[in-house]
Amino acid sequence: MLRIAALLSVCLMLAAPSSAQQADAPIQQLIQSQSELILKSSRRTIGPAIDALANSGLPEAQVVLDKWQTREMWVNEESGLFVYAEEIDRDTLRIFDFADGSEIGVVSDDGFDQIKPNSGIRGLIGTALVQFQLSDPNPETRQRALDAIERGAEESHLAALRGSLAAETDETILARKERLERLLTIAYGATNEERIEAIQSFDGDLGVDVRAALNPLLAVRVEAAGTLPEADDIGRVLKPGTDALSRDEAYELLVRADLAKPRISIEAQRTALIENISDGQVAGIQVATLDSQSARDMAYAALADQGTVTPVATEAEVDERLASHVFYERYIGAPPEVVVAAQLALKSIENKVALNQTFDLSLDALSLASIYFLAAIGLAITFGVMGVINMAHGEFIMMGAYTGYVVQLFIPDYTLSILVAIPLAFAVTFGAGVAMERLVIRWLYHRPLETLLATFGISIALQQIAKNIFGTQARPLTAPGWLDGSLVINDIVSISYIRIAIFVLALLFLALFLFVMNRTRLGLEVRAVTQNPRMAASMGINPDKINMLTFGFGSGVAGIAGVAIGLYAKVTSEMGSDYIVQSFMTVVVGGVGNIWGTLLGATMVGFLQKGIEWFNPSNTLAAQTYMILFIILFIQFRPKGIIALKGRAAEA
Amino acid sequence: MSMKFLSTTAAAALLVSTLPAFAQDVSCPIKVGVLHSLSGTMAISETTLKDTMEMLVDIQNDKGGLLGCELEAVVVDPASDWPLFAEKARELLTVQNVDVIFGSWTSVSRKSALPVLEELNGLMFYPVQYEGEESSKNVFYTGAAPNQQAIPATDYFLEELGVEKFALLGTDYVYPRTTNNILEAYLKDKGIAEEDIFVNYTPFGHSDWSKIVSDVVALGADGKKVGVISTINGDANIGFYKELAAAGISADDIPVVAFSVGEEELSGLDTTNLVGHLAAWNYFQSADTEANEEWVASWKERMGEERVTNDPMEAHYIGFNMWVNAVEDAGTTDVDAVRTAMYGQEFPNLTGGTAVMLPNHHLAKPVLIGEIQEDGQFDIISQTDEVPGDAWTDFLPESAVLKSDWKDLGCGMYNTQTETCVQIKSNY
Amino acid sequence: MTEAALPRRQPFAMRFPSVMVFLAILALFTVGVTILSEGFGIGVISTSFVKTLGKTLCLCLVALAMDLVWGYCGILSLGHMAFFGLGGYAIGMWLMYARTEIIVLESLAAAPLPPTPEEVTNGIATQIFGVVGASEFPPIWAFAHSLPLQLAAVVIVPGLLALVFGWLAFRSRVTGVYLSILTQAMTLALSLHLFQNDSGLRGNNGLSGLQNLPGLSDVPQSIVSMWFFWGSALALALGYLLCTWVVSGKFGSVIRAIRDDEARVRFLGYPVEAFKLVIFTLTAVIAGIAGALYYPQAGIINPAEIAPIASIYLAVWVAIGGRGRLYGAVIGAAFVSLLSTWFTGGQAPDINLGFYTISWVDWWTVLLGLSFVAVTLFAPKGIGGLVDILIDRKSPNRHGADLGPDQGALREQEADK
Repeated sequence: MLRIAALLSVCLMLAAPSSAQQADAPIQQLIQSQSELILKSSRRTIGPAIDALANSGLPEAQVVLDKWQTREMWVNEESGLFVYAEEIDRDTLRIFDFADGSEIGVVSDDGFDQIKPNSGIRGLIGTALVQFQLSDPNPETRQRALDAIERGAEESHLAALRGSLAAETDETILARKERLERLLTIAYGATNEERIEAIQSFDGDLGVDVRAALNPLLAVRVEAAGTLPEADDIGRVLKPGTDALSRDEAYELLVRADLAKPRISIEAQRTALIENISDGQVAGIQVATLDSQSARDMAYAALADQGTVTPVATEAEVDERLASHVFYERYIGAPPEVVVAAQLALKSIENKVALNQTFDLSLDALSLASIYFLAAIGLAITFGVMGVINMAHGEFIMMGAYTGYVVQLFIPDYTLSILVAIPLAFAVTFGAGVAMERLVIRWLYHRPLETLLATFGISIALQQIAKNIFGTQARPLTAPGWLDGSLVINDIVSISYIRIAIFVLALLFLALFLFVMNRTRLGLEVRAVTQNPRMAASMGINPDKINMLTFGFGSGVAGIAGVAIGLYAKVTSEMGSDYIVQSFMTVVVGGVGNIWGTLLGATMVGFLQKGIEWFNPSNTLAAQTYMILFIILFIQFRPKGIIALKGRAAEA
Repeated sequence: MSMKFLSTTAAAALLVSTLPAFAQDVSCPIKVGVLHSLSGTMAISETTLKDTMEMLVDIQNDKGGLLGCELEAVVVDPASDWPLFAEKARELLTVQNVDVIFGSWTSVSRKSALPVLEELNGLMFYPVQYEGEESSKNVFYTGAAPNQQAIPATDYFLEELGVEKFALLGTDYVYPRTTNNILEAYLKDKGIAEEDIFVNYTPFGHSDWSKIVSDVVALGADGKKVGVISTINGDANIGFYKELAAAGISADDIPVVAFSVGEEELSGLDTTNLVGHLAAWNYFQSADTEANEEWVASWKERMGEERVTNDPMEAHYIGFNMWVNAVEDAGTTDVDAVRTAMYGQEFPNLTGGTAVMLPNHHLAKPVLIGEIQEDGQFDIISQTDEVPGDAWTDFLPESAVLKSDWKDLGCGMYNTQTETCVQIKSNY
Repeated sequence: MTEAALPRRQPFAMRFPSVMVFLAILALFTVGVTILSEGFGIGVISTSFVKTLGKTLCLCLVALAMDLVWGYCGILSLGHMAFFGLGGYAIGMWLMYARTEIIVLESLAAAPLPPTPEEVTNGIATQIFGVVGASEFPPIWAFAHSLPLQLAAVVIVPGLLALVFGWLAFRSRVTGVYLSILTQAMTLALSLHLFQNDSGLRGNNGLSGLQNLPGLSDVPQSIVSMWFFWGSALALALGYLLCTWVVSGKFGSVIRAIRDDEARVRFLGYPVEAFKLVIFTLTAVIAGIAGALYYPQAGIINPAEIAPIASIYLAVWVAIGGRGRLYGAVIGAAFVSLLSTWFTGGQAPDINLGFYTISWVDWWTVLLGLSFVAVTLFAPKGIGGLVDILIDRKSPNRHGADLGPDQGALREQEADK
């Protein structure tokens, strides 16, 4: 072995004269002995290699595991020696010797292969590293050790963790350690009392980790017997033919326990019949008559009588066997006392979980409502106040989002770019809105259906132009770093900051709308022009100008909404059409001409959709379908929306 | 330079001298139909493939064409409109008289073109990973069948990452539906209980992911390791990954493996928060071979530095070159002769190893699993040996008995139990 | 617009010369295509183009329906392509079922045991739904085995949907743009529903291979395409006659009156809602029939065909062709859809501006969208308006009162121009 190593080192000397790696250092030899497994790099087989390193007692082993985990370990293709390395650039490495951490030199990466452990192996390495890291002076390393325990706990961690508690100085880490210690006690505690105590300490705790520790204790195995056995670890009694235990499963259980005759599948029966065809007959029955299931059953029974095939249970027999047995669950996860404690703890937790889930769902619904509100608020101005159907409204949202994208191309700082993008998006879509009003809409004020069609034309054209300019691929619009992540209230209730930002933006818009409409001269004039343009004109208001400004304002708001929606979802040329029908629905359901109606409409639509999703969690598409159907029906019975305008404004 | 010229001339002379033997079977120029959408929703993915085909044809023409003829790419635009695929396929075969078609992306577009191809005995190469459960005499499937992408990736989850609980998230259309069906059956086979498999379907372009992501997190409540297998298509991935990143789910806690996210899709995203999540394909741009370096370089030279290569492009690369070799072997572009010559064709993959055309019209190709990196590329962390593509999955009872063998059995839907050919045409 | 004033007893042909002209042109066209076709003639027109022409005739038929409901009755429905699609689905179910049944029976006949009915049904179900990961028949396929029942469904399903939807909408007096948005929502809901795999109609994949008629697999497509072409031409001719008959006479006058001033008609004692419901349902049925003829020619139907944008395009065709005149709808549908095929087919030459090349594949939609705006603004009568110039027809002077499809759509000043 030594000679081979010596030979290797000679080879290395020849191959790379500048390096002076210690090929015969104990750590290198240890790695070499495991090199096959390390190079194979599969989680299933890597165990012995990690164990060998972790249990070697060599001080360098920790470095090896560390570098291995962070993908800094490389192997020399020629000599097979392992080193760790820093990448200086794509093609060059600065390599170090594991034996003493000394730099060997700067080399090209051509002769070296990077060892890339997958995340499964990295997890195992992390688990092995725990023993070294728990008392590490660097708090970050200790945190990493705790992460590793959370991801893959082992029995040995419990002792190590308890050992490190006393010396822990950092308070947050201490709290984490204590919590983990209790969780590990639940799983690996030596005595039942110890475990029950740990379980009780988590009463009402919402953490996913607690449930993850408790649920395995309640693992059950379904068993069958003639009579129900008297024992502590027997759980529920199950009835065959229920959701918990189907008839087929129950019978299968009996067959496996040799308590009943097997059944036969239609396929197997068919094969058996075919095998026994002779002279066009099966057991004396003409093949041509076997064109129904009952005829085939009879033929099979006849064969069984002859003894050519194994007899199988008939339906009546199946029923009889099922009726004469009891099916029950047996707890296999923990001793009965622990199970009882875990059940009690879980019950109190689950009630709280349900409450929190409802709360989380409401937050989601609120967030969806705010997104719909944001998408619809521009429409509430152009359609709700002015009565102009603008089917290109969705495309204004898209224009806003693309403006954001273009701004980010020029301003790499995300915070600054968003701050620039918002007013710019307003300006761009305001301009587009004014242009559209001047060129198209004002000629069609008395022809709403034609406005609808003409704006459709514009919508189609704008979408295609966006495709021609930006391509059909979705474009990135990235939120600033401080909007990353989410506000975590507990393990169940959380909401991403970007959604909170959208919610706040929606409220701001609502306030802005109310302010402009009720407190400014523009708002007064807008209301005057909508109610009676001729009268307004005779009061010295220029209706043309007011219409233009109002339409521009509504479009500009849509542009800002586009930036927000692009941040949270995606920027594509078709994003507008995703929102247009829903936006109109929101406005119509809420009641045209009233911002509070739009708000209510958005809230209703958002909550409704989330509610339907909750009933049918595996099919989001169905939720959207049912929501639209509901809205259609709603409008049938309340054509003017939730808040119907009364009096003269209603006729306008 | 002059040596090169000489050898080229010699090769051309050789080609010409062997020409008369089959000249009567070929009408110049040899026409290669390209049936990819250049407008509409699928344009983004398919335009790239049209460009790939034009590049391959040009490369072949630079090499001296085929059977002494120039190759000509006939490009039509089915505009992401599925009925148009049938119409344009008919036009290519009857009006333009093309010798072969390279085309389609979505399954529905393929199913639309199939009846026409079978009626007129055309030949099409389909380059995209798909759900299998189909075998047509007139189509060569150069993309991955489920057992060349989904099953190995699931194995990787089970064995390498130790995942015990699965969330199968998909867009609601045929590829995710069938793939998830196969995976469900496969996982049950592997001893995963039904309640440990969570399935969810969302519409195309879905953007509101918060509830689904929190549902996935909640799956961890019984102490099992959760993994996500995503067949989410296209744009919807952006919102999904954004929500995933916002929820702070690292790949070490809940790994996500995607079957429809490649280099192209990632270019629409900021990938810093996604590092470590996975994708499974038969090709990644980062594959470290000489052939790939050359391919990427010539693609970037032609299309621009920022363009990326992806898996369906490699499928066309292999398919086209195999077809060229098969035509040379057959000495004609006649569909039946070329089809016979296709079986057993070998061509080196861009990722190393050799792809082989099997009698079931699928390729044997290696399966790669890559981790997303910060630069939007994939770090290949696992590469299998060549896996033979399987038209009919072994994990669904109705399909397990079916077998496709066009070479010896002459049937794409052969029931091994009853030993009969269910049908000669494909099931569209 | 003055037919009602004409004497009653005149023969049909005399009262409506335009109908005779239309039918003559259609007959000439049909005969011409037949002579030039591959199946029955000299083969100048390829089978794929025959199919395109046949499909165009179906689009003309649904455009007629749209014109009736919008141009004459003033209901801008954005749901008629949904009815069109439903008709296609109804016939498609039978085509798929019957074709698959033949295949399954053939393959099972070779088996050593005679098939049980369950085996046959399971076999068909696996063949049809295997590709979408299911193997059982959903309940809506209960009648798929029977051609007469599915043919009835072509008429009944769209008709019933229109009846229920129309009854709900009209009785709550939802009109104008609200009704348009509501019909659009209905279309969206339907297409979203069909997009789901669970809808039982193969989700996004839809029904395919519809061009292969069951039991007639030996007949070449060049012949089949002509059969459908003739069928479509006949349906269009009958549809045109039916629509002409509906819009003439008293019934026609009432629906035009509803378009021009609904409230006034109601005050005169007419049951406005009933009239609207009849028109809405009738046109839905026509659309369903057109769809049933269209999709066997297209070969595949899937939910994308029903998406709201399709119905908007339908409105675009009618508007460009000219509303409120039946031939206008036909001209619009034929002109725009054929032009669309030409432009997106890559045949149209690109325009090189030096700094930028306009590729029509990319810019056609922009042109279409903008030309639509232009038509709405500058030529509300559409292409049909050219006919007026040709035969020098003058619109009546109504002294500034409303006339035209919408409230005040065409004021006197415009009419006098």
